[in-house]
Amino acid sequence: MAKQRVDVAGNAASFIDQDDIHEPFHDKNLWAARMKRDAAARAVPEWEDLRTIASLIKEHTLTHLDHYLEMFEANAIKRGAKVYWARDAAEHNQQLWEILSARNIDAIIKSKSMLQEECGMTAFLENRGISVTESDLGERIQQLDNQPPSHIVMPAIHKTPADIAAIFANAIGTDPNNTDPHYLNEAMRADARKRFLKAGAGMTGVNFAIAETGSFVVCTNEGNADIGASVPPIHIASMGIEKLLPKVSDLGIFIRLLSRSALGTLATQYTSHFSGPRKGGELHIIITDNGRSKRLGLDDFWHSLKCIRCGACMNTCPVYRRSGGLAYGATYSGPIGIILDPTFDESKYSELPYHSTLCGSCSEVCPVKIDISDQILKWRKVMAAKKYLPISRRLAFGAAGKVFEHPTLFHGAETAASAAMKVTPHFLLYNRGLNPWGRHRELPHFAKQTFREWYLQYKQQDNEEPQQ
Amino acid sequence: MKVALFIPCYIDAIYPEAGIATYELLERFGLEVEYPLNQTCCGQPMANEGDQENSAAAEQLFVENFSGYEYIIGPAGSCVKHVRHHLDAIPQTTAVREVRTRTYELVEFLYDILKVEAFPWAYFRYKASLHNSCSSIRGLHIAQPSEHMAPYYNKSEELLKMVEGLDLVPLDRPDECCGFGGTFCVTDEAVSARMGLDKVHDYSRQGAEYVISPDMSCLMHQQGIARKAGIDMKFIHIAQVLNGGPF
Repeated sequence: MAKQRVDVAGNAASFIDQDDIHEPFHDKNLWAARMKRDAAARAVPEWEDLRTIASLIKEHTLTHLDHYLEMFEANAIKRGAKVYWARDAAEHNQQLWEILSARNIDAIIKSKSMLQEECGMTAFLENRGISVTESDLGERIQQLDNQPPSHIVMPAIHKTPADIAAIFANAIGTDPNNTDPHYLNEAMRADARKRFLKAGAGMTGVNFAIAETGSFVVCTNEGNADIGASVPPIHIASMGIEKLLPKVSDLGIFIRLLSRSALGTLATQYTSHFSGPRKGGELHIIITDNGRSKRLGLDDFWHSLKCIRCGACMNTCPVYRRSGGLAYGATYSGPIGIILDPTFDESKYSELPYHSTLCGSCSEVCPVKIDISDQILKWRKVMAAKKYLPISRRLAFGAAGKVFEHPTLFHGAETAASAAMKVTPHFLLYNRGLNPWGRHRELPHFAKQTFREWYLQYKQQDNEEPQQ
Repeated sequence: MKVALFIPCYIDAIYPEAGIATYELLERFGLEVEYPLNQTCCGQPMANEGDQENSAAAEQLFVENFSGYEYIIGPAGSCVKHVRHHLDAIPQTTAVREVRTRTYELVEFLYDILKVEAFPWAYFRYKASLHNSCSSIRGLHIAQPSEHMAPYYNKSEELLKMVEGLDLVPLDRPDECCGFGGTFCVTDEAVSARMGLDKVHDYSRQGAEYVISPDMSCLMHQQGIARKAGIDMKFIHIAQVLNGGPF
């Protein structure tokens, strides 16, 4: 088990050390997104109220989820959609396979869906001879490079234009030296259009599902979900059970929050409502659990189900910006990934909660007020209690705990300046084999006299003075 | 008023001058300051690791040392944040709850409790940047976090504005985390160091000669980064500036 544990710190170090271009570029672009988000949020006087209301609506919906799911199903069926239930990724993929194979479909296009990523859907379909084309530009870049998305909203944000030019040159024969985004975009558009027209079905995710109407909303900036939903005769949507909102009137709050939080824009370019199949077409909705109901039962972590996948926590996270999303080795990266991924596999993702300084900015930007930072600390408690921590770390903290427990041991260790390096705040330096403090940092100098020694001397002088 | 002084372990051993400045500053305001001699650590390093088992004894000792005081003052935001928000590895008795609510970080104690209006003895003729730690900003609310949409305030800045001669220069990313993060700085060394270097470069761009912070632990990390990178910059605790030394 330990062998497959994701070494997120090591992966992040590789991202930083690869060259002097990628990490600064990544950090700068995502910080710019955070700044745009701040400006967009600041322009809405009721911003913080919107966050509170959105959080309350999600909490309400999640605590009455069975009710709203059944309401949604009944209303969606009334509108002519076919509704399927999937307990996990395997069931989701199987339902999908049955829909496609019954219709002899051998090519589909798909827009972004984190749920489909969770399900490993593309690999599943390709193994069965179905070609899958990503219609979102960033996702297509990632697909051609055989990588999962590194960001929820900006899947290829860790790549530079030069990286993309190289990938496109290889995949669709563009000029490898031309890194002009316009040129690259146009070339990909020409290549993708043909695939769009040939596809037997279009797959989308679901951003918001409305219980009272049985309709759902998909938000994109490229209109690619709309092509998937309107060009091929069949539209299949993958929907997580947590995507529900009770009423249409709730939607406005979330639409206002989503794109402002994600990219600092007022709304996504396309906010498309789907209410039943179009004339002569078919609409299939696969409502999928895949661990969500289990998460709903976790007292400390169920709030993570409020997430609307905006990526604001990733943009603001100083650690994510320096790591790149692929470092997390999971479907979800960044702060939200740290609290979601362990619900899929505690051992594999046991290091993730430590890939954070607990600075708390994620909790403050979250448009639905998920207590992300607090949950990260709570996951550490889970990992420590279940002994997932590497033994060296556990022993170090055990030793520190003993020293701090006994004042005499502590002060004894502390006054012997060099020996003190092995204890006190130098818990930092416990792991001598590792000793990474010094690679980029000079060691702090130890004071000749501790505060405690100064205080005792000072008090003694104080006491002596009256006698003189 | 009798108050207890909480000197975190790393200040005791590495930055005693920050502790001395805090002590002297509180005495200047007429407080009777006691330093409980058996204090060691508040338990934060272990608790932040998620290690409740090993933080319990330190937390218990902290409560024993500081019970009975009206105010407990520590010149360290992250330690105070731990005491106030996360000291929960031990049963929450009345004594524990009292100690937790009575523990203050120095800036908030000066600003909110003493409501200090002047530091007539302080003089600091330098260009400096302020580093409020993430724990102080988002945990103790000593400043408005930049991502939260509410009116701006910054208690450390307000106090520093009362110091004659001090030229506070703003940063490009005012409350971006510096990457210290306790154990994070060694377990996640590459990211931590990059964040620290970005922070130090921000100070450099603004022409800061000094970096002033209510959290010496962040500065210990930043100072190490600056020294290794050959950047000539000084890092001091806010108490030293407000008290006029020792430097």
